[in-house]
Amino acid sequence: MHSQYNIFPEQASTFAAEVDLFYFGLVGISVFFTALIFLLVFVFALKYRRRSENECGQAVHGGLLLELLWTGIPLVLVMLIFAWGAKLYFNAYRMPSDAMEIYVTGKQWMWKVQHPNGKREINSLHVPKGQAIKLTIASEDVIHSFFVPAFRNKRDAVPGMFTDMWFEPTKTGEFHLFCAEYCGTDHARMVGKVRVLEPAEYQRWLETGDDLGPTLVSALPGGGGSMAQQGEALFGRLGCVACHAADSGSRGPNLQGRFGTEVELADGSRVVADENYIRESILNPQAKIVANFLPIMPTFQGQIDEDGLAQIVAYIKSLGGKDGETRTEQ
Amino acid sequence: MSAQNGHSEENYLNASHGLRSWLLTLDHKRIAILYLISITVFFGLGGLFAAGVRLELATPEGDLMGADTYNKMFTMHGVIMVFFFLIPSIPAVLGNFLIPLMIGAKDVAFPRINLMSWYIYVTGGIFVLAAMITGGVDTGWTFYPPFSSTFSNSQVMLAAVGVFITGFSSIVTGLNFIVTIHKMRAPGLTWFRLPLFIWAHYATSLIQVLGTPVVAITILLVGMERLFGFPIFNPTRGGDPILFQHLFWFYSHPAVYIMILPGMGVMSELVAAFARKQVFGYLFIAFSSLAIAVLGFLVWGHHMFTTGQSVYASLVFSVLTMLVAVPSAIKVFNWTATLYKGSISYEAPMLYAFGFIGLFTIGGVTGVMLGTLGFDIHVHDTYFVVAHFHYIMVGSTLMAYLGGIHFWWPKITGKLYPEAWARLSAAIIFIGFNLTFFPQFLAGYMGMPRRYYVYPEEFQLFNVASTAGAGILGFGYAMPLVYLIWSLLYGKKAPANPWGAKGLEWQISSPPGPHNFDEIPVVEEEAYNYETPAQEVKVG
Repeated sequence: MHSQYNIFPEQASTFAAEVDLFYFGLVGISVFFTALIFLLVFVFALKYRRRSENECGQAVHGGLLLELLWTGIPLVLVMLIFAWGAKLYFNAYRMPSDAMEIYVTGKQWMWKVQHPNGKREINSLHVPKGQAIKLTIASEDVIHSFFVPAFRNKRDAVPGMFTDMWFEPTKTGEFHLFCAEYCGTDHARMVGKVRVLEPAEYQRWLETGDDLGPTLVSALPGGGGSMAQQGEALFGRLGCVACHAADSGSRGPNLQGRFGTEVELADGSRVVADENYIRESILNPQAKIVANFLPIMPTFQGQIDEDGLAQIVAYIKSLGGKDGETRTEQ
Repeated sequence: MSAQNGHSEENYLNASHGLRSWLLTLDHKRIAILYLISITVFFGLGGLFAAGVRLELATPEGDLMGADTYNKMFTMHGVIMVFFFLIPSIPAVLGNFLIPLMIGAKDVAFPRINLMSWYIYVTGGIFVLAAMITGGVDTGWTFYPPFSSTFSNSQVMLAAVGVFITGFSSIVTGLNFIVTIHKMRAPGLTWFRLPLFIWAHYATSLIQVLGTPVVAITILLVGMERLFGFPIFNPTRGGDPILFQHLFWFYSHPAVYIMILPGMGVMSELVAAFARKQVFGYLFIAFSSLAIAVLGFLVWGHHMFTTGQSVYASLVFSVLTMLVAVPSAIKVFNWTATLYKGSISYEAPMLYAFGFIGLFTIGGVTGVMLGTLGFDIHVHDTYFVVAHFHYIMVGSTLMAYLGGIHFWWPKITGKLYPEAWARLSAAIIFIGFNLTFFPQFLAGYMGMPRRYYVYPEEFQLFNVASTAGAGILGFGYAMPLVYLIWSLLYGKKAPANPWGAKGLEWQISSPPGPHNFDEIPVVEEEAYNYETPAQEVKVG
């Protein structure tokens, strides 16, 4: 599968082929200019070699046109390159609204994955072929980066926020997963495999379990259930329901149908209630208080871990709302 | 101006004797020698760490050293090479020695501050050595929090203090050069008659003065978080790890231009001297140095495309990164055009210059590739990046430094180096360099991440090639160390102008007298005016 003589990883996502094509284009332009310079230097160095001890070169005057040409042409070229790269980047960043969501948490030194139905795995990510997948990524400690060379995509796992990335796998198989942001002692061992299955196989795997490969399904105390169900359990256990139920009076906003909608804040500005907004409201509630509510929500920093945060997000999403994109702008 | 021949008379080397006369010198030329010795020591140390890294990477398993040791090796390699070798190298050694000579001055504007800058540098170096001896640092030279401020169990504070202190050496050197260039030019030496080496160092000094304070503050903030728990970057207490990256790269990107611009200045001098020709497009090269300095401050976010920063911010940084490539391209075209109708000889400095043009072109185009958004997502934090910056730092800056050292060696020491050995080492270095770093482009695109001491087997071929190349490269660097020291003892005496080059520094003896010029020269012609050939004084 992987020989030592490859210079391209496998193309396993819709994005991969686009990036490789771009790469060819970039390499082509680069090789052209590099070869041009090498050739000119080589030819001039030979043709104009010094033939006698006191010989000097002949100054060449007036070259404004040449200067403008070799300023202008590279300028136009790099702008074209920029445009091509920007287009690819937009594609990579615009989360498709029909993407299946999976939650990833990086921690020193492993990747923990939670599927919406509650299934968990470590250092492994099972996904179905031919379906857009969105990963919501968090970190429990330091900065990590979720990197799948075969998909030509990566995103940093930054503590204190959710980041996200999407891909659509195009072939089945096992592909390297690497941590790509130095994170301490075992950074080099924070690796795993992305396992792409046919959709039917993936469904079977999701519902049953271990017969398709070495995955770790952790048994949760108090039972599992889907992420949304676990989130709902946490929502109750941590006391959120006291202020955020439909009949709580005006203590806290009702979360039914709220995910992804625009919210007006106390200072008049508006934000989209996306994953990061929910996370911030749990850990630093005073930051963005909704208009017409008192700032009485306590912080849950230290009482809930990244997995729990993801479960609560999944629960709140399950209460319905607008299918907004996650905005991770700071 | 009269040329003085280099017979035994008083020069800056023999004018006074004893350790005190060196350690308390106010002569810019002696200070340059002090820097030369200390940066060479740090280069050797940084090279040893590189050797450790490359030896471990020859096999996919972690069989030579443990993970923590490896992490310390690459961290120390980066910290030492960036802050204690590359950033000072050309400005502190060649700049210090040559700037007053090239402008017809007796010394720099502030000789005491110049000496102080060396002591500051050494003090910072001692802190970093202390960090190394007491266990090392394992955060990577980039010190990203929360790892560096909250999680790392290594000597982060000692290393941070060392880098903080050394930054001031860079700042005051820059200040000194700016004032010197403004105020101490000889009569007739207008701005557009200055050698391009001066323009390059002027632009570099601007960056040093404006940028370095930012990294000083950044290091201070990390230190405060680590020592006192001030929550600045720690997200569990309301801080933001991405803030650090903005602050850090705001300096560290211009820092790479601090490293390359002086090399470009050396390049202009080498190409002019060895093609015996006016540099083509003088004005464009001069202004492109300033353009690089300005634009270089605007592109730092291209180190952060995968952090989850706003798409629009990334777009802006990418456009600006494309722009900053253009002035560098202009320089390469102009140097190439200078060769046209030149009279070219192939001594070692010119071989280094040829190497620079080729390797800088490769480093530069791969830099453009990295600045493009869609491509960077894949190769960020892989060996593609490692290869790119080594093509610039080692393939370009270090080669320019070595070219400059050879070119001005007769002037600095009064001795000629052995030409055949020098040409051989230049060739060995060129071959070793490419074997070391070209496979890393391929490994990076294949997906090999940075800072990994173990890796999947399919990357082994690239790594073995790279380690073999590193061995050759190391040998290539050891050679000049040997024959340059040999030349101090047994080399032929150098005339004032062994190359027949234009420039005020070649009009005085080799080595120069303590006060440079007997009488301040008056400049009446453009730089590199080879229409009237310079006197080449051959050794009898």
